[in-house]
Amino acid sequence: MSKPTDMVQGTLDLLILKVIALEPMHGWAIARRIRQMSGEVLQVGQGALYPALHKLEQNGWITAKWKVSDNNRRAKYYTLTRAGRKVLETEAAQWERLAAAISTIVRCV
Amino acid sequence: MRLIHIIRLRLRSLFLRRTVEQELEEELRYHLERETEEGADIENFQQRKEECRDMRGWNVLDNLLRDTRYAIRQLRKNPGFSLTAIVTLALGMCASVAIFAFVDAALLKPLPYQNPGRLVGVFEASLGETRNNLSYLDYRDWKKLNTVFRSLDVYQRNGFLLSTATGIEPTRGARVSDGFFRTLGVTPMLGRDFYPGEDLPGAQRTVVLSYGAWQTRYGGRRDVLGKAITLDGDPVVIIGVLPREFHFAPAGTPEFWGVVNGTGVCEKRRSCHNLDGVARLADGVTEQVALANVTSIAQQLEKQYPDSNHDRGAALTPLSEVIVGNIRPILLALLGGAGLLLLIASVNVASLLLVRAENRRKEMAVRSSLGASRGRMVSQFVTEGVVLVISGSIIGLACASWVMQLLTALVPANMMVRMPFLQGLGLHGRVLGFAGIIGLLAAMLFSVTPAFHLSLSTMREGLTEGSRGSAGNAWRRLGSKLVVVELATTMVLLACAGLLGKSLYLLLRVDLGLQPEHLVTLQVATTDAKYEKHPLAIALERELMSGIRNLPGVRSAGIANEGLPLDGNGNTCWFWVAGRPWHGEHYDAPERDVSTDYFTTLGARLLRGRFFTEGEDGTKPRVAIINRALARQYFPNEDAVGKQLSYFSEPPVLLEIVGIVEDVREGSLDEPIPPVLYLPFNQSPSSGFGLVVRTSQAEQTILPALTAAIHQIDPGIVTFGGATMGEKIHDSQSAYMHRSEAWLVGGFAGLALLLSVVGLYGVVAYSVSQRTREIGVRMALGAQPRAVYGLVLKEALWLSAAGVLIGLLCSVGAATLIRGLLFGVRSWDVSTLAAVAGVLGIAALLASYLPARRAAAVNPVEALRAE
Repeated sequence: MSKPTDMVQGTLDLLILKVIALEPMHGWAIARRIRQMSGEVLQVGQGALYPALHKLEQNGWITAKWKVSDNNRRAKYYTLTRAGRKVLETEAAQWERLAAAISTIVRCV
Repeated sequence: MRLIHIIRLRLRSLFLRRTVEQELEEELRYHLERETEEGADIENFQQRKEECRDMRGWNVLDNLLRDTRYAIRQLRKNPGFSLTAIVTLALGMCASVAIFAFVDAALLKPLPYQNPGRLVGVFEASLGETRNNLSYLDYRDWKKLNTVFRSLDVYQRNGFLLSTATGIEPTRGARVSDGFFRTLGVTPMLGRDFYPGEDLPGAQRTVVLSYGAWQTRYGGRRDVLGKAITLDGDPVVIIGVLPREFHFAPAGTPEFWGVVNGTGVCEKRRSCHNLDGVARLADGVTEQVALANVTSIAQQLEKQYPDSNHDRGAALTPLSEVIVGNIRPILLALLGGAGLLLLIASVNVASLLLVRAENRRKEMAVRSSLGASRGRMVSQFVTEGVVLVISGSIIGLACASWVMQLLTALVPANMMVRMPFLQGLGLHGRVLGFAGIIGLLAAMLFSVTPAFHLSLSTMREGLTEGSRGSAGNAWRRLGSKLVVVELATTMVLLACAGLLGKSLYLLLRVDLGLQPEHLVTLQVATTDAKYEKHPLAIALERELMSGIRNLPGVRSAGIANEGLPLDGNGNTCWFWVAGRPWHGEHYDAPERDVSTDYFTTLGARLLRGRFFTEGEDGTKPRVAIINRALARQYFPNEDAVGKQLSYFSEPPVLLEIVGIVEDVREGSLDEPIPPVLYLPFNQSPSSGFGLVVRTSQAEQTILPALTAAIHQIDPGIVTFGGATMGEKIHDSQSAYMHRSEAWLVGGFAGLALLLSVVGLYGVVAYSVSQRTREIGVRMALGAQPRAVYGLVLKEALWLSAAGVLIGLLCSVGAATLIRGLLFGVRSWDVSTLAAVAGVLGIAALLASYLPARRAAAVNPVEALRAE
């Protein structure tokens, strides 16, 4: 059973929020963008992606709208809401702190 | 903003499920197609969908529906448990809601008057009694002189003889002063109220109808206004109809409301007290201030009229107290009983739920290890509890509504007249609210108990140890405490029922001072004015007596005015012992004017002296017979026979005491017998009286013959209230009240006994089932069945003993609370308590014997292999 908790908890949410902060995107594009931006390191399977998207939508951090996609098909585009932007800011700051702390420890030892 | 958005989304997932599903399908398919284009792995499509649904479906309402469906399925799967729990709960609910409906109708529902809290009952106080009647002249003076009432009016219960096309018919009625309805703040629904001054002697006589009389006697026709009818032989005009919801219990349930117009014999004498007062307090006046004012008026009148008003004070009581004061303790006691039954029922269901939770340990452990959060499991218990409570409540309410109808139907007409506020009883707002609160509490209890149990046991333990030994211990400790509570509560109910039952038994066997077998009573009245002349009344009595005595089966007959035995104390007279120093004070005693054969017909016992003789009429010296109570109170240590009483009238008359009779119960069965003065009918005759007839045949058959014989003498004579003495005793208010209390509390106690015995059985049986292995081991090691019996019974014995002992202590306390309802027994009546403890003990032993026998029959090999 693959779950969104495969990565560090909450990280996927942060990544999604960050990626769609630039422009509204559909699920497949989000996964691709994350893969590309991480230099092919982070592979987000749909098993993790879609449940996370739906949860974020239920939380009111992103909204969904059906639009015509780049290959002329109907696709569900996700947009960041104002509440989502706030969450993104705090989560990003939180992540920076956490990452810095972890790498400090890792380097020292 | 975000909240609205979220709510919209959740509602969408809930109600537009199909659209949401389609979108999900489309979204994932799109992804899949793009993946396929790139040649990536195709992960399980359906599983993705399920996971997205989970994320969306995290929806309270959705979960609730799912939990409810699951709970119903669980309850269906286990019909034995579910039925027991629901029926038990419904029983407790039914009893408490039904009784609460009575409490609501009598005590909580506001009286149907304007601002009823400002109304007070107004009485005279005399010789330590605070509910004495007012005399008409005192009332006029109080009304004129007081400065504390916005208005003061009087009422008097008074039947009317209504002339109809088919003859003369006795009806229930009342007389009131002109402003009575305005004081209460009640306006007729049709026609008008009495005008001010309409109660003065010269005014045209008018009458207001009750809603019921308007409907039944006049078919609800509006042209009834202005119609002339004949009441007590006088023409009267109907002027109005009272609203349907109006009632005024102190005056009974009159069909006709006439006026007190001060023209009666009694109303011209200040010493004749026949009215009750009701007043509305003026704004800002408290009851104390009002009482001080009327007391000072009473003192002023006492100075002004020393003869008639000696020692006549004033008393005020809130009107609600006058109306429901005497049934409040009964209703509260019944509500308490129903509450205890509800407690037992709830405890029983709670312990059933505990057993169930115990049996579901494994299920819960599995669910927990599969990732169900504790919150989800608790919410499952809550849902199950709520489903139980809702089903129990619906059945309970339906049953309560039926029980209410049954109980009201069982109230005899003569009792309903005293409690008109019970009409229109039903599942109204407050009653439903009460049921709701009970349901809520029960639901809380039933969801907290298993959830509490869940937290008692760690999940892992559930999986590893399975159903072995120690796991059951937590429950056994808690469950057994609950059973002690049940047994103790049952003991309280049983003890109260026992005491009330004994009270009823003693009440029905109380010494009446007469022989009630083969005794028939009948009331006789006439509207014919000629009988108000004394000689004609005496002639009528003689004619009636000889006519009746000649009837086959009649052994003797007698009459008494002012009421027959058990009718109540009736009118009182004033007297003084002649020859003692006198300062204007009076002794007060009920007076009965009786015929020569009255005492012999009743079978009353003569203690000293003689009965009256036929020749003792107005031409002979006045004589009297007194009862034992009067002799004891006013002639202690001396012989009353031959003494003279000064009887208060204008002018005073001297009466010689010629005999003393053993106390006859003139009033209610459960009250002490007051001193009573008996005068010969021939020396103070009247045109209306009660008849007593002793027969040698079955009593019921004589009544028609009696009525026929009376009508043969004068068809204008009205007869009513025919009953055997046995019926009078059985139907009397005190017997009725004691009987209802005893039966209702007895019913509660019976149900409580059943529930708690079932509860104890459950505990012991469960404990046995948990210890099957242990018992098996013991038996394999050589324990005899006797030892196994001992093992099981010892536990049951401890529980029962604790329950009975705690219950005994509580019973004495509870019985002290209801001592006002007891008759002839003390609240710590040893024999009752012992008997009740015995019954409960035996029932408890039986309940534990069955599982003990099963334990002793355990086959050690099978028990050990069972795991």
